[in-house]
Amino acid sequence: MTVNLPFIWAGLIAFAVLAYVILDGFDLGVGIIFPFLKGEAHRDEMMNSVAPVWDGNETWLVMGGGGLMAVFPLAFAIIMPALYAPIIVMLLGLIFRGVAFEFRWKTRRGQFLWDWAFAGGSTAAAFAQGIALGALVQGIPVAGRAYAGGWWDWLTPFSLLTGRALVVGYALLGAGWLIWKTEHHVQDRARAMALWLAPATLALIGVVSVWTPFLNAAYWRRWFAWPNVLLTAPVPFLVGVAAVVLMRGLIKRREASPFLASQALFVLCFVGLGVSFYPHIVPNSVTIWQAAAPARSLAFLLVGASVLIPLILAYTAYSYWVFRGKVNVAGGYHR
Amino acid sequence: MFSDKVGPVIGPLMGYEVLSAFFLEAGFLGVMLFGRERVGEKLHFLATLIVAIGTLFSAFWILSANSWMQTPAGYGVNAAGQFTPVDWWAVIFNPSFPYRLTHMVLAAYLTTAFVVGAVGAWHLLRDRKNPAARVMFSMAMWMTVLVTPLQIAAGDAHGLNTLEHQPAKVMAMEGHYQSHPHGAPLILFGVPNSVGRRIDFAVEVPKLSSLILKHDLNAPLAGLDTIPLDRQPPVAIVFWSFRIMVGLGVAMLGLGLCSLWARLRRRLYDAPWLHRAAVAMGPAGFAAVPAGWLTTEAGRQPYTVYGLLTTARSVSPIAATAVGASLIAFIVVYFTLFGAGAFYILRLMNTPPRPHEPELSPDEPIRAGGLLPAMAMDAAGALSPTDGGARP
Repeated sequence: MTVNLPFIWAGLIAFAVLAYVILDGFDLGVGIIFPFLKGEAHRDEMMNSVAPVWDGNETWLVMGGGGLMAVFPLAFAIIMPALYAPIIVMLLGLIFRGVAFEFRWKTRRGQFLWDWAFAGGSTAAAFAQGIALGALVQGIPVAGRAYAGGWWDWLTPFSLLTGRALVVGYALLGAGWLIWKTEHHVQDRARAMALWLAPATLALIGVVSVWTPFLNAAYWRRWFAWPNVLLTAPVPFLVGVAAVVLMRGLIKRREASPFLASQALFVLCFVGLGVSFYPHIVPNSVTIWQAAAPARSLAFLLVGASVLIPLILAYTAYSYWVFRGKVNVAGGYHR
Repeated sequence: MFSDKVGPVIGPLMGYEVLSAFFLEAGFLGVMLFGRERVGEKLHFLATLIVAIGTLFSAFWILSANSWMQTPAGYGVNAAGQFTPVDWWAVIFNPSFPYRLTHMVLAAYLTTAFVVGAVGAWHLLRDRKNPAARVMFSMAMWMTVLVTPLQIAAGDAHGLNTLEHQPAKVMAMEGHYQSHPHGAPLILFGVPNSVGRRIDFAVEVPKLSSLILKHDLNAPLAGLDTIPLDRQPPVAIVFWSFRIMVGLGVAMLGLGLCSLWARLRRRLYDAPWLHRAAVAMGPAGFAAVPAGWLTTEAGRQPYTVYGLLTTARSVSPIAATAVGASLIAFIVVYFTLFGAGAFYILRLMNTPPRPHEPELSPDEPIRAGGLLPAMAMDAAGALSPTDGGARP
């Protein structure tokens, strides 16, 4: 048997999207809780904590999207029209928060405007991503090789729920990050917010998880049919473990465990989505093998990806290692 | 529809663009922005070179993808109607790619040269002794003198290549509605009349177009009358944008020659008229580049993949109102943010250049955006213990 290129690529794209969610999730989250912390110095501190890493984090989104077009062009051609509105809103939100990082330092009088651009852009981007996710989970109707649904299909009670869930979840990641990376007032405020964001996130994960199998019989079978259930049962169990670690960490005023446990929740939710979707790339319409580009396209790009992705990962990990420790108000980092 | 059909060929090219831009540009832009004082002159210069090389890689892949759509090669078509790669070498180095890459890269350098030249000239107008302003202006004018003729030659070669592969585009650029069996005139100026299918008020030089395109005064040149109406590009857009680009190119050459004349007379820093002209020409590249792209993109209509896939058949199933709404949203957002950005940049440019100026204002955060190890260690270690010793 030859190498299963579509399967490898599905794994790589899933990895890029997961890397995006766990990396950009917390810096979007810092933007979401930004308005709830007053005081210029405190806000500087929050922004400085993500300033060195946010744009590297966001590039994983380009990698996921660009990769999707390159290796699963059919899926790209179906998903983009189906999720057109939320994707446009997400891009506009990301543009506003991105420039806020640069422009906020250029002005004093106009600073409040860029504060709003940062917070509003982050929240809009997170909400739009959640809506897109919900719309994807609901399934996308396809006729022939094209999207066959309507212009408003992405807007449903379920997608609004996932939109809110992602905003709350990212806010939890952001609060966890600030607990880890800051001290004194900002850390205290972040912990106070996390104490209600954490139960809210867990509740929303619960509601979405219970709702999802009822959206589609295929999801139900993948989760609960024998012997699949042996493989899927650990996922909710591990979610429970992560929830306990998270709440204990918050109550016992730990520094790192709330952030790491929240990230674990996101990874587990992502695995859960993978269980629901596989082997479809456009849920319940198109499988990864149907959507894959010809082997010659997949192999050509895989050569470059297998060299460059490890390098990118290495320097990303290194930059986080270098900027370990607490951020201070002046913008420098100290150990 | 377009991405489904074309994705297998141009998707991987764009994938490489993402990977190389991601790696080289994002990885080393931080070092470049971090500034010399933290990493030392040599490492800073190296990082700047790597950013430049990364950007060229980016240009390489993205222009390869665009050129493939203009002059497709090395492809097959599968049962699902998708274009598939057969020979990657032929796909990447398709017939128009070397010309487009050269023309665009030179255009990017020229655009920068005119911006730098304008900023230098602006400060020379206030203080003709400012040494940094002199360096800026002098280097930019050398660049103009050397690169503008190269660019004109590259543009000419690109045009001949277009004549070979996309003759209808050249017909629209030239405004040749009619065929000219005994040598075609070069229309310098005129108003395209799409109803009458002629150029009104034309100012033309007899036979010059045949000389430029065929190197023969009497060579016959076919016109749009040989192309079916539904296979013709919109003449007015192509005709006008081409003239804007060429006109700006001629003005650039003129400014370069004037600067050379002033330099030979040792009056380069002592010629306010030249400095004013350079300030006026500052945005020339920003106008010429979109005009050139408008020429080539409107000129390839009605196709997305030339001769193979029409624009009408590339359309995705998205309601026109949705596309219109998102377009308006992007226009509003871009004007707002570019407006703010242009304001901050112009304010920055207005500050006279000084030697040893700080790279970052003290209240600005450290930006890494991907790191080089030595620089990162320096930033993490050297910065705070000595109470901001590295900070100016």
